[in-house]
Amino acid sequence: MTLILGSLHIGLIYALLGIGVYITFRVLDIPDLTADGSLTLGLAVSGIMTINNQSILGLVLAFIAGCIAGSVTGLLQTKFGIHPILSGILTMSGLYSINLLIMGASNISLIGKESVFKIFEDMLGGLDKDIVRLIVCFVVCFVVSALFILFFKTRLGLMIRATGNNEHMVKASSINVDFIKIFTLAIANGCVSLSGGLLAQYQSFSDISSGVGTVVIGLASVIIGEVLFGRRTVTIGIISAVVGSIIYRLIIALALQSSIFPSYMLKLVSAVIVGVALSIPTIKKSIENRKLRKGGI
Amino acid sequence: MLKIQNVHKVFSKGTVNEHYALQGIDLELKTGEFVTLIGTNGAGKSTIMNLIGGDILPDKGRIYLDNEDITYEKEHKRARKIGRIFQNPMLGTAPDMTVEENLAVAYSQSKKGLFGIGIKKEDSEFFKKCLEDFDLGLEDKLKTKVGLLSGGQRQAIALLMSTISTPKLLLLDEHTAALDPSAAEKVMNITNKIVREKNITTLMITHNINQALKTGDRTIMLHKGKIILDLSGKERENMTVSDLLKLYENNSNDIFDNDRMILS
Repeated sequence: MTLILGSLHIGLIYALLGIGVYITFRVLDIPDLTADGSLTLGLAVSGIMTINNQSILGLVLAFIAGCIAGSVTGLLQTKFGIHPILSGILTMSGLYSINLLIMGASNISLIGKESVFKIFEDMLGGLDKDIVRLIVCFVVCFVVSALFILFFKTRLGLMIRATGNNEHMVKASSINVDFIKIFTLAIANGCVSLSGGLLAQYQSFSDISSGVGTVVIGLASVIIGEVLFGRRTVTIGIISAVVGSIIYRLIIALALQSSIFPSYMLKLVSAVIVGVALSIPTIKKSIENRKLRKGGI
Repeated sequence: MLKIQNVHKVFSKGTVNEHYALQGIDLELKTGEFVTLIGTNGAGKSTIMNLIGGDILPDKGRIYLDNEDITYEKEHKRARKIGRIFQNPMLGTAPDMTVEENLAVAYSQSKKGLFGIGIKKEDSEFFKKCLEDFDLGLEDKLKTKVGLLSGGQRQAIALLMSTISTPKLLLLDEHTAALDPSAAEKVMNITNKIVREKNITTLMITHNINQALKTGDRTIMLHKGKIILDLSGKERENMTVSDLLKLYENNSNDIFDNDRMILS
């Protein structure tokens, strides 16, 4: 039971990361490596603010800080013409120093501080601690998903989808592609950073190395979701990223508990899952072609 | 309407590949005029289109649209006034989005605010009505992904997209060249219809001399970055393909060596 509840908590928190990665990777069609840095940025900002008894403001600031980080990546890509992947790596690398600057140490503890979880535990005093945590995680995740689903139905949302699909056509429709890209990278990284912010308050510490492999975790959630739901509309995409994130956490928790692999193998396993899942279409194609070659007349 | 003044463009300046694409082009289009543009490969047809559209900037000279200097205006800004269709049907539409969504993106430039609902019910009905006029059966495919349609259908949608909020100028860059003959004819008919109904000033590149003489009301021929022929009115009406080829040889001191243009 604790295992399932724990996985649900973490799964819902990382679902925000999943949504962010879904937006850049699938909707905008740009693999954005900023996420490794912006998740930790969220942890740092939210951690420091919680220590100063401003946990809710901390989450808001974490989102805004993530937006700024995303904009930097966007600017590098569009206005300075740097390769999208390299732009993400540059921002991520720069953020490492920024994050240390914010935290003042490589690890800060929030134990005993008024985190959002603590605030709601006090407010809903009668309920079990784990249930309260679940409610908080669920509400945040629900609100963010709903906002993004609605957002992608607006005119700007349509323009973002079109930019990821055919930039040329968007330019011809008199839409500023650079603005669209910067804006999208900003909100996606804001979402990733918010995920980090919530995580810091949940686990009661912020660590400088929390962000390593973040992009891969986000991709894994997106891909697991797609295996279940298929690739359809953006609404389904966002929901499937959330569900994918929860399932990913359950799989990891089960595997760790039954000692299938030691915890230090986690990142390798995640990388393998993503690598295999992304190569499935190509492998399928080559199997089909082989069949044709053998059975062809 | 459109005024091009003494425009020059050199590519790869100062290298062995230096290519004088345009050498002083002067051209004026009246409002509502439908001009066809012909010329051999490398004559500078596409360069003119790209200069007007804003992909590249001229080395010298000015371009005016409705008395407004657009020579150095940003590409996406002038796209509001200039509709463009390209040879490749893939360029004008987003394949993973539905017909309706594609049209809504193009239509959004005529609407204010970024956060309004993307596709309202009345928008859908408006799109449907526009598509009915095409007679391609597209009105029942509003929810179909554009990637599943044929090249001709995609090109027709691209046409509707670039004229849905009437542009001042329409640039057609061999927009039927990649289609099969019957689809090409349909798309050309739709083009004529839209251009005439909305009275849009249009500049069309074509490789088909016959089509160039029959479509629109003026034909311009380019050679090595200069305008060598400008036909309109009676003179153009009585012109045949062989007459034109003779004129070309006289004016350019060159033999017409493009099979694709002669044979089509």
